[in-house]
Amino acid sequence: MANPLDHVSQVSLSRLRRILRLGVKSLWLHGLRSFLTVLGIVFGVCSVIAMLAIGEGASFEAQQQIRNLGSENILLHSVKPPEDRKVSDSGSQSFVLQYGLTRLDLRRIEETIPGVLLTLPARVIKDYVWNISRREDCNIVGTLPRYPLVRNHGIAQGRFFTEQEMASRATVCVLSAELVDSLFPLDSPLGRQVRIGNNYYQIVGVMESRGSVAALEGPQEGNRSALHRIFIPLETARERFGEVYMRERSGSMESERVELHEITVKARTTEQVRDVAEAVRTVLEHGHKKKDYQMMVPLELLRRAERTKQIFSVVLGSIAAISLLVGGIGIMNIMLASVTERTREIGIRRALGARRRDIVIQFLAETVLLSGAGGILGVAAGLTVPWLVTHFSGMRTIVMLWAPIMAFSISALVGILFGIYPALRAARMDPVEALRHE
Amino acid sequence: MMTAPEPILNLEDVRKTYRMGEVVVEALRGISLRIDPGEYVSIMGPSGCGKSTLLNLLGCLDRPTSGRYFLGGEDVSRLDDDELSRVRSCKLGFVFQSYNLIQQLTVVENIEIPLFYQGVAEKESRRRAEELSRLVGLENRLDHKPFELSGGQQQRVAIARALINDPLLILADEPTGNLDSTSGSEILRLFDQLRESGKTLVLVTHDPSVSQRGNRTLRLRDGEVESDLRHG
Repeated sequence: MANPLDHVSQVSLSRLRRILRLGVKSLWLHGLRSFLTVLGIVFGVCSVIAMLAIGEGASFEAQQQIRNLGSENILLHSVKPPEDRKVSDSGSQSFVLQYGLTRLDLRRIEETIPGVLLTLPARVIKDYVWNISRREDCNIVGTLPRYPLVRNHGIAQGRFFTEQEMASRATVCVLSAELVDSLFPLDSPLGRQVRIGNNYYQIVGVMESRGSVAALEGPQEGNRSALHRIFIPLETARERFGEVYMRERSGSMESERVELHEITVKARTTEQVRDVAEAVRTVLEHGHKKKDYQMMVPLELLRRAERTKQIFSVVLGSIAAISLLVGGIGIMNIMLASVTERTREIGIRRALGARRRDIVIQFLAETVLLSGAGGILGVAAGLTVPWLVTHFSGMRTIVMLWAPIMAFSISALVGILFGIYPALRAARMDPVEALRHE
Repeated sequence: MMTAPEPILNLEDVRKTYRMGEVVVEALRGISLRIDPGEYVSIMGPSGCGKSTLLNLLGCLDRPTSGRYFLGGEDVSRLDDDELSRVRSCKLGFVFQSYNLIQQLTVVENIEIPLFYQGVAEKESRRRAEELSRLVGLENRLDHKPFELSGGQQQRVAIARALINDPLLILADEPTGNLDSTSGSEILRLFDQLRESGKTLVLVTHDPSVSQRGNRTLRLRDGEVESDLRHG
């Protein structure tokens, strides 16, 4: 024999279906009104999902960029101290401005600070790079073979230069992906040569594209040449370019001497980053009278980005809550009007045997249908909008799985919450009074 | 009280008072009434005499202030709201002056309503509704909406709806009040048929020719039974 409970659940299921069908019919009777009511919820749900997707995408992008810099890393850059700028502007030919990070700094950091895993010095020289007659403004980065390891920067083609090449001061180079795009637009650069000044460099590899990460790397915010980078061995750079950098400016020669433009300090673990950063700051403050360097800790940027994201989420959440609240009030308003309008129907149903709870269920079903339809349309719109944003503006958007689910559940919940009062009001009517209602 | 047939309903000194602000209105002042199976009772009287109040009590839409009301042997005068709803859906059939069909539902769906609240499965209730629509001659209008029907047709739908739960008692409140004489007499012929098939009817009317069709006329005045005549 079949379980009697099966029968009950089957009956109540088909009953539920009939109640919902009845609700659809009643709502259909005032199609436009129902549709307009639903719009409130549609926009609410859609904006929640879309805003979350855009916010999530933007913060993901930012975090990805910061993470690419290495969350264990501390980045140091040489900067020209502000008070010396004047001097150099009016400087004589013989004046050589000396500032920035030094090899002494590097040695001190390596030798005195516990928790430092690796350091990576780099010299950055601005110059033109030539491929036959094609010319690009470029940052020439002289660094060590462990650059890809320390900076978490992968090789797309070929290889990075080696210790042997470093020791022999070989004229080899690795290009950034962006530079390859503009310097070798048609064919593979591997094995080819580029010219810098009077020297030719053999191309042994191409780095992976990093997008706008490079914009964060240096103080030279986001100009094109910041993406255009060419990596050569540090010793080669020292030999070929020297340490004094000369530039002709408004008729006079301007010289500056910078030992190291960048130092990357890699801590052993992310937990140690904060302490190591403190120690590095102390070491540098001892060695430098002027503030001719800049320190950047990606991990702290990451933390800040995460905090920003949290605030963003709270703000979005409140906006969403308010828009859904407004939608809910709209539904309640319409349902109250509908209850008054259908007083007689309620009276008829009560006379024909409907219990109070049947009336409550009927009206609740209608509100839930309204808000549920709004929720579904809203989810559809909320999935379309981020797609359109990505498609047309190229912005990254990420729809988290929980976002549509949460938005839909909240809209359904709003329907139930705001439907309860009108439904109870309908059920509380006296059948005799309701039947007399015109 | 051990007469041969078990009465359909029995009122024992039923009173109903309303409070309208400060004033207490006595709508029914002690009515005792017994209706046997197969009777066709007309209730008449001037407006304000308590006809509607009595009909509401008989229809279990309201409870008496005092006195007892037995319907099919069950004391329904002290039932709570849910139980009264059950009594209405299982034991009573209503026919109203203004038909009171639900506009968004089709003919057959309107007929089915009492069974829906009884929890009868859709298949079964659909079958019975179609059967009854044949009885009232509307088998070709099953999927029409009420506003597509004439007044007489709408009232026939209402009668089918009142019959679908096979009630002990059919209550009709001026069922021909909104109809022209032709469709009104069609409705009355239907009532005659019902009575022949053994149904018990209680009908409120102003029209003496309507009350003539029944076997008993109850006249009310000021909330009391003025006369109770059996005829026909």
